[in-house]
Amino acid sequence: MAILVGSNTRLVVQGITGKSGAFHARACMAYGTKVVAGVTPARGGEMFDDKVPVFDTVAEARKETGCNATMIFVPPEFAADAILEAVDAGVELVVCITEGIPVLDMMRVKVAMHGCGSTLIGPNCPGIITPGVCKIGIMPGYIHKPGGVGVVSRSGTLTYEAVWQLSERGHGQSTCIGIGGDPIHGLSHIDCIRMFNEDPGTEAIIMIGEIGGTDEEEAADYIKAHVRKPVAAFIAGATAPPGRRMGHAGAIITGGKGTAQAKIKALEAAGIAVSPTPAQMADTLIQAMGKKA
Amino acid sequence: MNIHEYQAQELLNRFEVPTPRGKAASTPDEAEAAARWLGINNMVLKAQIHAGGRGKGTFKNGLKGGVQVCKTASQVRELAAKMLGEVLVTKQTGAEGRLVRKVMVAEAKDIERELYVAILLDRARGCPMLLASVHGGMDIEAVAEEHPESIVRESIHPALGLQPYQTRKIARQLGFPSSQMRAACRLFHSLYQAFTKLDCSLVEINPLVVTKGGEVLALDAKFGFDDNALFRHPEIVELRDVNEEDPREVEASKIGLNYIGLDGDIGCMVNGAGLAMATMDIIKFYGGNPANFLDVGGGADEEQVTGAFKILLADKRTKAVLVNIFGGIMKCDVIAQGIISAAKAVGMKVPLVVRLEGTNVEEGRRLLKESGLALQAATDLADAARRAVAAAKGA
Repeated sequence: MAILVGSNTRLVVQGITGKSGAFHARACMAYGTKVVAGVTPARGGEMFDDKVPVFDTVAEARKETGCNATMIFVPPEFAADAILEAVDAGVELVVCITEGIPVLDMMRVKVAMHGCGSTLIGPNCPGIITPGVCKIGIMPGYIHKPGGVGVVSRSGTLTYEAVWQLSERGHGQSTCIGIGGDPIHGLSHIDCIRMFNEDPGTEAIIMIGEIGGTDEEEAADYIKAHVRKPVAAFIAGATAPPGRRMGHAGAIITGGKGTAQAKIKALEAAGIAVSPTPAQMADTLIQAMGKKA
Repeated sequence: MNIHEYQAQELLNRFEVPTPRGKAASTPDEAEAAARWLGINNMVLKAQIHAGGRGKGTFKNGLKGGVQVCKTASQVRELAAKMLGEVLVTKQTGAEGRLVRKVMVAEAKDIERELYVAILLDRARGCPMLLASVHGGMDIEAVAEEHPESIVRESIHPALGLQPYQTRKIARQLGFPSSQMRAACRLFHSLYQAFTKLDCSLVEINPLVVTKGGEVLALDAKFGFDDNALFRHPEIVELRDVNEEDPREVEASKIGLNYIGLDGDIGCMVNGAGLAMATMDIIKFYGGNPANFLDVGGGADEEQVTGAFKILLADKRTKAVLVNIFGGIMKCDVIAQGIISAAKAVGMKVPLVVRLEGTNVEEGRRLLKESGLALQAATDLADAARRAVAAAKGA
């Protein structure tokens, strides 16, 4: 069991003929993901690697192949439009990898998506993977291992770090989701934790957050009220100087809000085990699992 | 990216936000001409640097105050000569201060009251928000602390924009009398236009003033721009003043790297923003101090890695370098190749700790080993941090 993606996932790649789109489409196919279509405007009718049909629009791809998830590699200036196109075509899961989408564009996308049936992951994220079954994104597949730990994170490489620590210690993952580092994004920590909590295949959860926003604080309240599975967390950015953007546009501390200290305090108050360093994320969870067992 | 006060004023005027009249000047002659153009006997002369606290700052030549009130054009000329080309030290510049290259000459206004108004991004709601208070001229953080009841918040629908009724509601909450209502509403509307048309993350007017004559004016403004949207605003990119920035950051931005200078002594090179922050954190945890935040990103090539390494080594404060790479898209052999060529080009004078994991790790480790470079290979993240901290302390 897992959440959001599995053996029934049929993937379309928007921007499949671009350099990154092509590279990662191939990596996903090699991992076993069912890549059924690609979309690049004005390139319809081509075949990608002699295997995957390319369409001009997502609507056509949906109609011809029944794709139910999309991976977006469109450049930032066109990415908001690409998300809306996928939503309009009725694609259930939209994973936007693109980094650098203007914030005002994403605000409008969020408003336009309100009440529609699609789920957005990202943008500016590594994607989502159900180990051994389906990989949608740019994460190195081989570090993952099927198992029972759900991982949700705002950072890409920090997720790999946690996954690697878990796999090395013999703990596999149910699903790993990178929700992205931008201030306006699709799924939040709390959405993912709710799904992990309801998923019988997930036994424990790691949440990796960073400075900026109040996502982690809200997730802490939710976990306290609803989650009985062991949860461990790590917050990056305790040493970040206030007011500076640390790579991710969302990771900026403004007006004393969103500090790592405030987040850690909220998490600990909710009874969540907080890893003191990024090197102990898996150990912190394993210890919490031992306590709950 | 920050801009100067005179540039902020020009942007506001472009969107018809009223401000006191003023002009920037690079020489005493230009300053005098600007004063004559104003044609009044109540002016203010302001040194243009990006740091705050100018009014209470001191020039290294002894002149007190980066903001001066002047009555005549010759007085403006005289004081401008003492500011231009001189170094101004304020509480925000540090002891080294900042060189003043431009001054602004503007109308001084008789002020009836000072307010605060800003439009910023409300992350929780995912929309812009107008924030205002009747307490202007002080930091909004201090207002939130001392007069929380005075803060007015109004969410703006991203598709609808700031509606006229909302501007009236805010004007009323801020106590504008009917006679000033129209001017206040127009100003809020113009401010929102500037926020959206320029892709801002913040437009802050502090203070917003009402003059004794009943005018509503933006006296000082601060802009924050969305870096992601700069590609569609070449006019904003042109306002950048690299003289005001950390030279290490300027150098890094030239080769497309994400770098923030800090004041520690352990240079860091990491891939991914989250892991880069976490690496700084773990250095601190083991008692060290990071010299920088540096994310080489997912797709950096050998040239960028070499460039990044040169920036780290050029910093005289750096006593040790920690490379922490979890190769996903970024391949470990590319990183290794970059380290080797940079070390050869610049010469390694400080201890180097390398932690590699992920894609092509075996090849990366082999390259480093065969290069003959003196480096410490770390087994994991904690080991890497401990080694770097020990190395920086000369242990």
